[in-house]
Amino acid sequence: MGEPSEPSEPSERLRDGGPVASAVPTRPALRDDCPQGEQRGRLPQQRREPGLRSRERQPGRQPGRQPGARRGAVPAFVWALPPVALLGLVFLYPLALVVQQSVRPDEGGTSLQPYADVFGSASFREALGTTVWLAVGATVGCLVLGFALALIIAFVPFPGGKAVARFIDVFLSFPSFLITLALLFIYGTKGMANGLWTDATGAGGDGPFQFLTTPWGVLLAEITYFTPFVMRPLLAAFSQIDTAQLEVASSLGARPLRVVRQVILPEALPALAAGGSLVLVMCLNEFGIVLFTGAKDVTTLPMLVYSKAMLESDYPAACVVAVVNIAISVGLYGLYRVVSRRAGA
Amino acid sequence: MLVHSRKGKWATWTVFFVLFLPLFALPLLVIVAASFAGHWSGALPSDFTAEHYSAATRGESLQALTTSLLTALGASLIALAAGTWAALAAAALKRRGDGTSRLSRGCGRLLDALFIMPVAVPSVVVGLAVLVAFSKPPVILNGTSTIVVLAHAILVTAFAYQSVSAAILRLDPAYEQAAASLGARPAYVLWRVKLPLLLPSLTAAAGLCFALSMGELSATMMLYPPDWTPLPVRIYAATDRGATFTGAALAVVLMAATLLVLFAVSRIRTRASYR
Repeated sequence: MGEPSEPSEPSERLRDGGPVASAVPTRPALRDDCPQGEQRGRLPQQRREPGLRSRERQPGRQPGRQPGARRGAVPAFVWALPPVALLGLVFLYPLALVVQQSVRPDEGGTSLQPYADVFGSASFREALGTTVWLAVGATVGCLVLGFALALIIAFVPFPGGKAVARFIDVFLSFPSFLITLALLFIYGTKGMANGLWTDATGAGGDGPFQFLTTPWGVLLAEITYFTPFVMRPLLAAFSQIDTAQLEVASSLGARPLRVVRQVILPEALPALAAGGSLVLVMCLNEFGIVLFTGAKDVTTLPMLVYSKAMLESDYPAACVVAVVNIAISVGLYGLYRVVSRRAGA
Repeated sequence: MLVHSRKGKWATWTVFFVLFLPLFALPLLVIVAASFAGHWSGALPSDFTAEHYSAATRGESLQALTTSLLTALGASLIALAAGTWAALAAAALKRRGDGTSRLSRGCGRLLDALFIMPVAVPSVVVGLAVLVAFSKPPVILNGTSTIVVLAHAILVTAFAYQSVSAAILRLDPAYEQAAASLGARPAYVLWRVKLPLLLPSLTAAAGLCFALSMGELSATMMLYPPDWTPLPVRIYAATDRGATFTGAALAVVLMAATLLVLFAVSRIRTRASYR
């Protein structure tokens, strides 16, 4: 509907040859339900109209059939009960138990003492701070990097662009800890970068790259792993932009940066917001990257849950941290859903 | 299109590859290189050997691979069944027009929220919750392989649900209406019309669930019993004790197994997509 009936030549080219969703296998549609899905979702509703009308005509054509009896005697909500019951049993009930256990200290009884203990401890406050700044930093990094890279793939096309887009999809199907493992070989104490440095300078001892066990190592790994999650919805959004607009803007004398700022960025904002909030939630919940870094001084909330429960067997404290982590993540994810729905609407 | 001069284009592409190659391509290459390395203390690995692979494909490591594959298979089958059922039920509740009340549409949206929630809850917390709930009567699963499969299934069901319900939204209702108007019962319509039309996205969802479950580490770390150690846990154990080259070889095995399954699934998908 929104498309011109005869698309201009360049936009046609973008749709056919560009890194559009058709090239993509599995993860994207899956992992994010960003504007792409929403916009595609709009079409069927338009198509649905004639279907509805024909259904309304049905009783007229077939006087013997009752319109309401199409789904048989069982109302629709009964069919929803089995999966909900299953989910309740294996997911909601355990979560409720976690909340319950968080107000049950080891000494017995019900009190908010575990909360007071955990909130009062320095390790918790430090972990909360680290988690939040790492997640925010990684999100900003992913947004900037993802926007720049997606911009080049979409609007300065080069021969291997399609292969690059496909590589990003493959990248998404690997677990996050592989990145940390790889960074160990690149920037680790005995890794490539330090090896190059000592070879080049002839200096003995360790090289200058020792940041891997600090929060900066985690930040680098998170930006590397999560940038593709921003690029996917962005590439989908860019493929919707009519390139004639860009041609017009630049023929009127706008420099590339101005075109990006005034034409592309406004179109990409919903996708950026959706991708950014998804990455923020995933960074808050990230565990594998931090675990593989092996740094004692980088503790995030999920890491704290793990160490309290598994290493210290302090379940009430682990449950308190878990409740805080759930509250932050679920709250943000709800925001993400609202944002991405707005973006699609 | 955005940059017109030849020089500007080359400059942009240079920037792209200067950012892209070291950040995204190098890590995967490095893991593959390290898996063959016998020694790596300089700029490049040396003493190439296939020894790590022979270690990675026998004994406990081979068992870890089988464990991972079985866990992923079980979890994706459960997730696919539950997710598809829930997505179909939610779609029926949200169906517009004739006679659906606001209440029933609200129920459909509630179903959406419930089934997507596991994405937002940290997987470590899902592991903790399952551990807390099933370590005591009435159901004790602690220390069994079932608890690992169960946790994986919970974590990936949300993704199956999301991709199947997106596909239902794209489905043209004319097909099922045509079938129903010709007298087909709802069960027949579901089995012979809707599910075949959904098959491409069902296989895509299965592939996604499988890949996610193969790489799942956080919840597994909380739950795995000694006799059911999936591959990611094994990779962690190897690198943690300093055997990083073995870890890299195991990681390559994990990536290869995941890609093989994804490839096989996409073959099914191309054969099934006759739309």
